[in-house]
Amino acid sequence: MITSLDALVHHRTLIMTLVLRELRARYRGSFLGFLWSFLNPLLLMVVYVLVFSVYLRVPEANYAVFLFAGLLPWLWFSSSLGHATGVIVGGGALVKRVLFPAEVLPLVSVLSNMINFLLSLPLLFLFLVLFGIPLTPWAASLPLLLTLQFLLTAGLALPLAALNVHLRDVEQILGNLLVLWFFLSPVLYPVSAVPAPFRPLYFLNPLAGLIQSYRDILFYGRPPEWPQLAFVAIVAIGTLWAGLKVFDRLRDTLAEEV
Amino acid sequence: MVAIQVQGVSKRFRLHRGRRYLTVKDFFVRGVMGGWRLAEGDEHWALREVNLEIPQGKTMGIIGANGSGKSTLLKLVAGILKPTSGVIRVLGRLSTLIELGAGFHPEFTGRENVWVNGILLGLSRQEVRERFDEIVRFAGLEAFIDNPVKTYSSGMYMRLGFAIATAVDPDVLLIDEVLAVGDEAFQHKCIGKIQEFKARGKTICFVSHDLGAVEQLCDETLWLDDGQVSAIGRTQEVIQQYRTRVAQEEAMALRTLHERASASEEPQMRWGGGEVTITSVVLKDSLGQERYLFESGEPLQIVLSYQVHSPVGDPVFGIGIFRKDGLSVYGTNTAIEDLVLPPLKDGGQVAVLLERVDLIEGEYLLDVAVHARDGHPYDYRSRALTFAIRSKMRDTGVARLSHRWILPL
Repeated sequence: MITSLDALVHHRTLIMTLVLRELRARYRGSFLGFLWSFLNPLLLMVVYVLVFSVYLRVPEANYAVFLFAGLLPWLWFSSSLGHATGVIVGGGALVKRVLFPAEVLPLVSVLSNMINFLLSLPLLFLFLVLFGIPLTPWAASLPLLLTLQFLLTAGLALPLAALNVHLRDVEQILGNLLVLWFFLSPVLYPVSAVPAPFRPLYFLNPLAGLIQSYRDILFYGRPPEWPQLAFVAIVAIGTLWAGLKVFDRLRDTLAEEV
Repeated sequence: MVAIQVQGVSKRFRLHRGRRYLTVKDFFVRGVMGGWRLAEGDEHWALREVNLEIPQGKTMGIIGANGSGKSTLLKLVAGILKPTSGVIRVLGRLSTLIELGAGFHPEFTGRENVWVNGILLGLSRQEVRERFDEIVRFAGLEAFIDNPVKTYSSGMYMRLGFAIATAVDPDVLLIDEVLAVGDEAFQHKCIGKIQEFKARGKTICFVSHDLGAVEQLCDETLWLDDGQVSAIGRTQEVIQQYRTRVAQEEAMALRTLHERASASEEPQMRWGGGEVTITSVVLKDSLGQERYLFESGEPLQIVLSYQVHSPVGDPVFGIGIFRKDGLSVYGTNTAIEDLVLPPLKDGGQVAVLLERVDLIEGEYLLDVAVHARDGHPYDYRSRALTFAIRSKMRDTGVARLSHRWILPL
């Protein structure tokens, strides 16, 4: 636990350098470059709006913006995990041949996807303006949500990346789980669509409270539900603690198994 | 002061049977059938009970056959791997030349990679900035530094990796076989850099198959054999022991090879009328011992045994030495040298004594033949055997011509 946290502080220059490299690599050599970070969520949004708002008629005013406010944090979460899981196996040469703090790699995945998320936020604000939805001061609690989501995502990314070194199909299994997780989180539909008796169970999913809160502060312009958010915070910190413990257990064997 | 201390270190690797990796699926399948324990694979002890102390400022060579645990030991000292048992202590800042350019990203320019790699190896931004020009100059890549490294040749890649790793200015430097890659000029540059480190009192641990380089650079040498310390001490002595052992093993191997070759004669490699046949070919040293590995410059005797099936009047015996690539190194026969043999009947032996076999290091093939003076072959045995020459000298070409240097006084 201490070693991992210590490493994070100690290696912040390295982490920032690698995050920058990651982002530049992503946008280099592609014609649209930086626009890709907009294009992917936009295309997804168009398809979902077509299916759920036009075909299925989900009764939600301004569905496109509603959806986008939940889709962006989800994409940060899912692409972070998807990318981070394979990152130690993929970074084999580094882990095997250089004395390299392996925990840096999954964190770089989470951080670079966070920056991607931040870069696509202006697009969400543009939609809010276009649809005439006012921003309220509650939007200022965004950093709190970012912090919670970062802790939660990092807490999952670290053990997954390390486990994938030992059990190589973790990556595939995660891919399937993420699809299920997506539908169990309130991205496409409002929480109000979940029958009331199911809700206590439903909110055991920390992403439910988290995505709901993003929507509260950005889309509805109201305060988040604090008890729910407190629960998310407890889960996030608990996950990170457990994740670091798992990672520390596996750390010493990574170099020989990669 | 001891810079590197290795105490009773052992390292065990697990090998997963059949396949390299386990999966969650395996875990469940085996779990259901085998009581929820991850099935243990085969074990391999890469190192056993290794003890080593390197005083500050000394250069330690590590030699041994492939798979003897040299690289594992180095990775343990580097902290990349953790020992299964035992303790390792390293004093001071450490840098490794294990895999040059391991962290390079092919899409990025040399400049960007220097930054990322420098920070990866533990430099601060400030330090990278200060040392940047020197790194590029040492690598000789001034003109290419803004090209993506995927456009670099492997030599350029190595040079840049080496330049960054040595710019870290470590107290302890671990080097694994980096001299094996890169051209001669680069190797000289590397040796120069390593010597500079030595002169500045750095501690160096140097793994190499290049015994010449080990002799040149190392104060002491450790010989690892199958994960255990076979010898440790003054470089010359350890290398001498190692060479003797390697020579013995090679001689054994060549002997088996030779026996196998004579057992399974390939027909197209042997032709002739069969009036006289060469029944055996052996090489002997000055003591008359059968041997197939010689030091360059030793006496070597080729002994041919023959059997006469129908008497012939004008026999000529010949030998030819070839390099593995087919180059004829030397060939002669009794007719060329105006020797007249008596008519042959029954069987007997003919021998050629090469008083000094001054060939350069390598493996050689021997042809032997007996034929008529007009060229009609009785028995021609092509590639009758393989022998090897070892040399301490690193001269090049085919043979070592007898010579001496006349130097200014």
